[in-house]
Amino acid sequence: MIFSFDLLVNAIVSGILIGAFYAAVTAGITISFGILDIVNIAHPAFIILGSYIAYIVNITFGLDPILTAIVVTPAFYVLGAGIYQIYYVSFEKRGQESMRGLAFFFGLLFITEVTLVLYFGVDYRYVEARYIGPTWHIAGLDIPLRILVPCLVSLLMIAVLQLILTRSFVGRAIMAVAQDQLALKLMGVDPIRIKRIAFGISIASASIAGAFLIIIQPVEPSVGREYIGRVFAICVLGGMGSLPGTLIAAMLIGIFESLTSTFYGPSWAPAVSFGFLLLTLAVRPAGLLGR
Amino acid sequence: MTGLLEINSLGKRFGGFVALESISLSVQPGERVGLIGPNGSGKSTLVNCICGTLHNEAGSVHFDGHLLDGATAHQRTRRGLARTFQLPRPFASLSLIDNVRIPLLYTVAARGGALRAAHDIDERCADLLREVGLDAKARHLPRDLTQVEMRKLELARAMAAEPKLLMADESMAGLTHSEVEEILTLLNRLNGQGVTIILIEHIMRAVMSFSQRLVVLVSGRMIADGEPNEVVRNPEVERAYLGQ
Amino acid sequence: MRSDIFFVSCLVVGGIVFAAALALGNDYYFFAGYVVLQYIVLSTAWNILGGYCGYVNFGSAAFFALGAYTTVAMHRLHPMPIPVDVVFGGVVSGVVGFGMGYLTLRLRGAFFAIATLALAVVLQTLIVNWDYVGGSRGAYIVRPESFAPFGSYIKYLFMIMMLLAVGAITVARLIERSRLGYGFATIRDDELAAEASGVPTLRLKLIATTISGALMGMAGAPFPYYIGFLQPSSAFGLEYAVNSIAMPLIGGTTSWVGPLIGAILLGSLQQIATVTISSAVNLLIVGFLLVGFVIAAPNGIIGLVHKYIQHKPVGQVGRRRVEADSPEAAP
Repeated sequence: MIFSFDLLVNAIVSGILIGAFYAAVTAGITISFGILDIVNIAHPAFIILGSYIAYIVNITFGLDPILTAIVVTPAFYVLGAGIYQIYYVSFEKRGQESMRGLAFFFGLLFITEVTLVLYFGVDYRYVEARYIGPTWHIAGLDIPLRILVPCLVSLLMIAVLQLILTRSFVGRAIMAVAQDQLALKLMGVDPIRIKRIAFGISIASASIAGAFLIIIQPVEPSVGREYIGRVFAICVLGGMGSLPGTLIAAMLIGIFESLTSTFYGPSWAPAVSFGFLLLTLAVRPAGLLGR
Repeated sequence: MTGLLEINSLGKRFGGFVALESISLSVQPGERVGLIGPNGSGKSTLVNCICGTLHNEAGSVHFDGHLLDGATAHQRTRRGLARTFQLPRPFASLSLIDNVRIPLLYTVAARGGALRAAHDIDERCADLLREVGLDAKARHLPRDLTQVEMRKLELARAMAAEPKLLMADESMAGLTHSEVEEILTLLNRLNGQGVTIILIEHIMRAVMSFSQRLVVLVSGRMIADGEPNEVVRNPEVERAYLGQ
Repeated sequence: MRSDIFFVSCLVVGGIVFAAALALGNDYYFFAGYVVLQYIVLSTAWNILGGYCGYVNFGSAAFFALGAYTTVAMHRLHPMPIPVDVVFGGVVSGVVGFGMGYLTLRLRGAFFAIATLALAVVLQTLIVNWDYVGGSRGAYIVRPESFAPFGSYIKYLFMIMMLLAVGAITVARLIERSRLGYGFATIRDDELAAEASGVPTLRLKLIATTISGALMGMAGAPFPYYIGFLQPSSAFGLEYAVNSIAMPLIGGTTSWVGPLIGAILLGSLQQIATVTISSAVNLLIVGFLLVGFVIAAPNGIIGLVHKYIQHKPVGQVGRRRVEADSPEAAP
């Protein structure tokens, strides 16, 4: 273990930047699991799907991945709404969401991954853009633009989502539906419709997060699975339904992963977040900014 | 004075919300206690704390001379505490007779002595269902039951645990006049067999006729504890129910 | 039917299957059959925790791989007879199952499920970084040419897995018909009400995770010998996670018959498909079947059969009475 202050600072900074990206990836889970209590373990699969769509458009038309993702967002929203409808009718209504609902999402995760393997094979794919490649050197720090740009846009996305949740009617209805469905009904709002909208937003965010992913690193279908533990760890650590909490938790985990990777080697990095998750669940299920 | 159930300064909060504050109550063996209070006053929370479903931060609960704090719900049931749930929670995939079998297998058996022969268990299950009038549907699943029948199943299941003290949490909600009488007869019979009963109810007629003692909970605090007729004349109680 | 009679009957059936495979004259049937038998063990094990108790385990591969790597680790020390490997694999996986259960079973089912995912990744990372068992480079286990009186080694492996499969379904059936089975059912239906009825839910859940984990570990123990070259990617393969969930859900989670049917059907289909179409399409079909069944036929094949033949509601575990001092009145 070669220790140097420079290395340490760089590791921390890149941890923070990656953390912002992790928060964007987790934002969807914060909504679907943290607020709606739906254990959508297939979320990373939708992110990978987003990555591949960004990839195809980038290869074919040379369009910027983030812009592509934003354009594709409505389609993901519709997909999310549709999936929720199936989930509701098949499981939530019948009260069987615990086992069968989980198996359902697991099946979706699986189908998505294998379909991508069939279509694209297991080779790593990556995109090209003007900000992928150059690295800024500021005050002794090395900041690759391909990490900085997604980081900044992630922060923007989270800010937008937080605004929606706290300021708009729909957003506040989403927060309310988690707490008291009956009250919502009495106010003339259909809780199922609200949940459908929320889930749609959740999956729509995956499209954008997917673009970030493929900018930051090359992607192949099984990459999604690494993220399952990470996103749930961050969501739980961040106190479940809180976007600010998610951001803080994501940066924490980003920093720890970065430090582990720098000083112990990258092959240990996945264990960090999962280890965190197990620890959090065992010790403080309410997370850091507990509910 | 030590009663069968001794609750000392029990307190329970949910975050900033104080659900129960400094509840003290002593219940003697064989007593019939009524517990009333407006909706949201904390009655079910109290039942949950006594039974171990919820953990009370303050105060203590003693049952039959033993301190209950730290004991899990199933341990408390094995000590002789039983309760029904306000919204019935039957075991949906088991038949009625199997629903009633569970406490026999797990509570009665755990109290020591050999597990009774299967034939005895079957018979006991059938008896319990007959006592609540559900023997005709013994092999049915709970989803075939009406609301009323589900409440009877709740009672049968609680009785199957052979409790020393039974907390009946709104067992009569939604019942007709004659059905309420049926349940009251049942509870009286149980009491006659030596089971201490705490009846949590809104149906005043039933509570008044059944209880030897009446306890009133309002906003998490106990505001009255005494003879039923006196308690209902208590001005604070009147205010809580009728407003002023 | 009493459990010992059941056990012997299954052994007889197993013997008949063995003889049939022998008669076909091609070792391929033993290779393919081994995989199906392995899945019988895995899905039965999964169902004890998933179907009976309602707690979903996504990390079946972890327990399976633990069994396999226990064998590799011990082989490095000193090669052991496979039955010894099986016992050790079972113990290690059982202990890990217990430990993980202890950490997470006080939480909701969803958290437990996520924790199992986490466990699988943590374990895989640990193994990948553990050079003693080969790490990411993999480990060779030389499979002996033959094993008297079986002839080719695969026949011996097949027999071992057959015994494990028979053992697994006997255990599952035993549980179903015992007090333990009733207890598990109440945990699945309503844990709160179960506790209020005197069921020690944590203890029972720990029993379930331990038995389930142990069985999966036992299924994994002979695997290094079967495959000859063990890599983390094959031991922790996605097909184990998805199949151990899909097979019971498709077959039916309500009894030991479900995982058996699911494993035989799906396992055989996959063995045939791998030869004719790619393994990726194979797995894709499993994924679709899983989602389809979970949506449209929640009680699996058993449920469908019940619906069409008996017109009765699918009653659960515990239709049989418990004999007081029979060996079936479990803890």
